[in-house]
Amino acid sequence: MADFIVSLLTGLSSAAAMFLVASGLSIIFGVTRIVNFAHGSFYMLGAYIGYTLVQAIGSTAVGFWAAVLIAAVAVGAIGVVMEILLLRRIYRAPELFQLIATFGVILVIQDVTLWVWGSEDLVGPQAPGLKGAADILGKPIPEYDLALIAISPLVLVGLWALFKLTRWGTLVRAATQDRQMVAALGVNQRWLFTGVLFLGSALAGLGGAVQIPKGGADLLMDFNILAVAFVVVVVGGMGSVFGAFWAAVLFGILQTFGIQILPNSTLVLMFLVMAVVLIFRPWGLLGMPETLGQAHPGPPEQPLRPALPRVRILGGAATALLLALPVAHLVLPQLVGAFTLVLVIEIMVFVLFAAALHFIMGPGGMVSFGHAAYFGGGAYAAALLVKFADAPFEIAFWAAPVGAALLAFLFGWFCVRLSGVYFAMLTLAFAQIAWAFVFQDMPGSVLRTFGIADEFGAPLKITGGDDGLNDIWPSAWAGTRIAYYYIAVGLSVAALWIMRRFLYAPFGYTLRAGRDSPLRAAAIGIDLTRHRWLAFALSGAFTGLAGALFLFSKGSVFPTTLEIARSFDALLMVLLGGVQSLFGPIFGAAALTWLNDLFSVLSYWRFLLGVTIIALVLLLPQGIVGFAGTRLGRRLRLARPEEITA
Amino acid sequence: MSGAPHERVPVLEVESLSRSFGGVRAVDRVSFTLFSNELLAMIGPNGAGKTTCFNMVNGQLRPDAGAVRLNGRSILGLPPRSIWRLGVGRTFQITATFASMTVRENVQMALVSHYRRSRALWRPARDHYFDEAMALLERVGMDRQYDRACGVLAYGDLKRVELAVALANEPGLLLMDEPTAGMAPRERMELMQLTTGIVRERNIGVLFTEHDMDVVFAHADRIMVLDRGQLISEGTPMAVRSDRKVQEIYLGGSAVHDGGPA
Ligand SMILES: Nc1ncnc2c1ncn2[C@@H]1O[C@H](COP(=O)(O)OP(=O)(O)OP(=O)(O)O)[C@@H](O)[C@H]1O
Ligand SMILES: [Mg+2]
Repeated sequence: MADFIVSLLTGLSSAAAMFLVASGLSIIFGVTRIVNFAHGSFYMLGAYIGYTLVQAIGSTAVGFWAAVLIAAVAVGAIGVVMEILLLRRIYRAPELFQLIATFGVILVIQDVTLWVWGSEDLVGPQAPGLKGAADILGKPIPEYDLALIAISPLVLVGLWALFKLTRWGTLVRAATQDRQMVAALGVNQRWLFTGVLFLGSALAGLGGAVQIPKGGADLLMDFNILAVAFVVVVVGGMGSVFGAFWAAVLFGILQTFGIQILPNSTLVLMFLVMAVVLIFRPWGLLGMPETLGQAHPGPPEQPLRPALPRVRILGGAATALLLALPVAHLVLPQLVGAFTLVLVIEIMVFVLFAAALHFIMGPGGMVSFGHAAYFGGGAYAAALLVKFADAPFEIAFWAAPVGAALLAFLFGWFCVRLSGVYFAMLTLAFAQIAWAFVFQDMPGSVLRTFGIADEFGAPLKITGGDDGLNDIWPSAWAGTRIAYYYIAVGLSVAALWIMRRFLYAPFGYTLRAGRDSPLRAAAIGIDLTRHRWLAFALSGAFTGLAGALFLFSKGSVFPTTLEIARSFDALLMVLLGGVQSLFGPIFGAAALTWLNDLFSVLSYWRFLLGVTIIALVLLLPQGIVGFAGTRLGRRLRLARPEEITA
Repeated sequence: MSGAPHERVPVLEVESLSRSFGGVRAVDRVSFTLFSNELLAMIGPNGAGKTTCFNMVNGQLRPDAGAVRLNGRSILGLPPRSIWRLGVGRTFQITATFASMTVRENVQMALVSHYRRSRALWRPARDHYFDEAMALLERVGMDRQYDRACGVLAYGDLKRVELAVALANEPGLLLMDEPTAGMAPRERMELMQLTTGIVRERNIGVLFTEHDMDVVFAHADRIMVLDRGQLISEGTPMAVRSDRKVQEIYLGGSAVHDGGPA
């Protein structure tokens, strides 16, 4: 019993940081509708700034808590700077475009933190006055844990008072509930948004600062907390502070007890719980349904037209160039090195991956945050077939798209019922489950429970966990660099063309119909769920094809092919290229893969990449392809003249 | 107009339909029958429950109680897409079209769905039912603007596109929620004339709401008056015009506004 109580208290104390970060994220989303990816970075900054301040003034209890509060306010101010310099310029950009801007901020903050505080993990000092352990039913529990347990309800009550009793709070609540109202606010909207960014960021900073005595500060904090905060917000209900509180408590407890039952599975457990909650309560525990058919910010997408002559010529020229490259390599090896061919293969793999994601994201309006599941999932399917069935390359290769399609078929069934951010989060959850499946080699563990294990009783290596699966190469005929180059380029160009046909056909139009107006689509007899499901599976198949090309070009596959960062890369490519055009993902993937390659030799490459991304967002809010729609682009006949709104 | 007398058969039978929203009885025991070859107007002040009625008939909203029969068959509980397949076309008070598609593509989508080709993956959508779509657009006077994106159309034109879309599956019943909102007075009369023509020619039934009383009295065969969810009067335009209860609502201060976007 005492053990149980202590575990419970430990769980509640670990809920504190989760709640603080998640409530900030939730408040920002509720009002601005921006999913702030940089929120985890604010948490990290809170920890680092708090650490420095505690070193300076935190030797007394008053000094310590003052340091924590100043850190929170400082992070709030950083949030305000981000709002004024960046977000304010792009509120009217297409939905989710702000996402990449905040993604750029993550990269910038990562390198700035590295530069200021160095790469060593910082061990947090203990809090003065709370260094000891309290005695609960004969068991010791750190006093600081008890302080953490008290903080969440205190903040919750404070927020409640702020929202209920102040005029500003009333505005925030109204804005969260009614989007139309926000638009009608006019000038006040600015200050409402700025204020909300301050509050939300300060909460993240507070979360980071209060956990210093327990966790210190390190450079992985941003992504680690981000995934957790997303789950908490989604389970609690986007925009609901009380929801975030209860979800944090739930997960805090789940974590402590989860560790005891299944070590290192807490993240998976969280995502599993989230998947279950979303299936039964699609809008979270305390969230409100998203109103369908809400106005898209930004201009509506242009109708699909046949490509303009000049665009066709450019496309033909690019394809010809791709096909001629190996010849150039043979003739002029000094100019076109082997490395160029490798880079082009890599670019084509990601072009295909991004185009497959765009297939559901652009025309279908389904923004998947977890598409790496089908990329890595496909690669693993092929690799496993090679390893355990000795399948020849020619067969194993096709197992990737087929396997990925089946996986997408399975996961998609749950996901396509949701929309918007909830869809995004459920796809993320499934991707994390898939990642854990290979990372923790679950098949091996499962086999062991059936008594199948190696001679020492340890689980068999099936997916290989962290080590991945190695030594998987194409057959001899396809194995030369030039042969594989033609396979990769040929298959990805063919796949791009096929996807384009699908999107110009009634099926693609039906997807767009459902995105433009679900109401009208239903009123003309369209079974939207079914079409979205099919599209999801098709997208999975093409993503799996990209995974196959990737696998056989590298000769190995690791769990990193399924991780969140990989999913975000693909998302970034699509958004950066321009989600409204079928060419967008091609440009986005090519540009990002090339930039990554270019910058990766530099020491502060994340900073450069982040700044480049932010600059692109500000200069070309329609994505790179949006250039065609600019005055210059139209003059160059890359786009049709603009239609005048009546 | 063909002029040939059509048989009048009941198309839509609504019995004691009710729906509340958190204590507010939006629609309260409403019953009526709509016949083929008939234009039935449902009028009433803002918030009277007209749109809610429409939403229950086409399956978008579940009624709390009551019955809805289409051609004698109950359609209660069916989703909108199934009700559409039984021949019910709908236009919305706040137009719902596919903004990223051209006018013709909007109609083509309805035809593609009607002929169950929406899962076709290869032949371009623009080649599907091209002529049929153009014929429908000609019918509503939108053929000259066929290639414009719906996202840039004027409101009145969108209403016309919606009508063409609603006609794509040769419906036996048309539900038109404020079909002329956002149009100039002359346009309104023209559109209703057009609708009347289609009704007589195809022998279909139309249920429509409308705030413009000139339009209502000029075109409706029959009028129902709804107030705070309840049917308070029903009959020929003449009878309704002289109903005292109706006069009270319309002269007694209940403001009546056009339902178009502000
Ligand atoms: N989804 C909903 N949730 C809550 N209340 C609703 C909802 N839909 C309608 N109502 C309420 O039901 C009542 C009837 O609304 P309805 O839209 O049917 O009126 P209407 O007759 O179509 O009005 P108008 O002429 O303005 O279009 C109103 O009081 C409205 O506020
Ligand atoms: Mg209405």
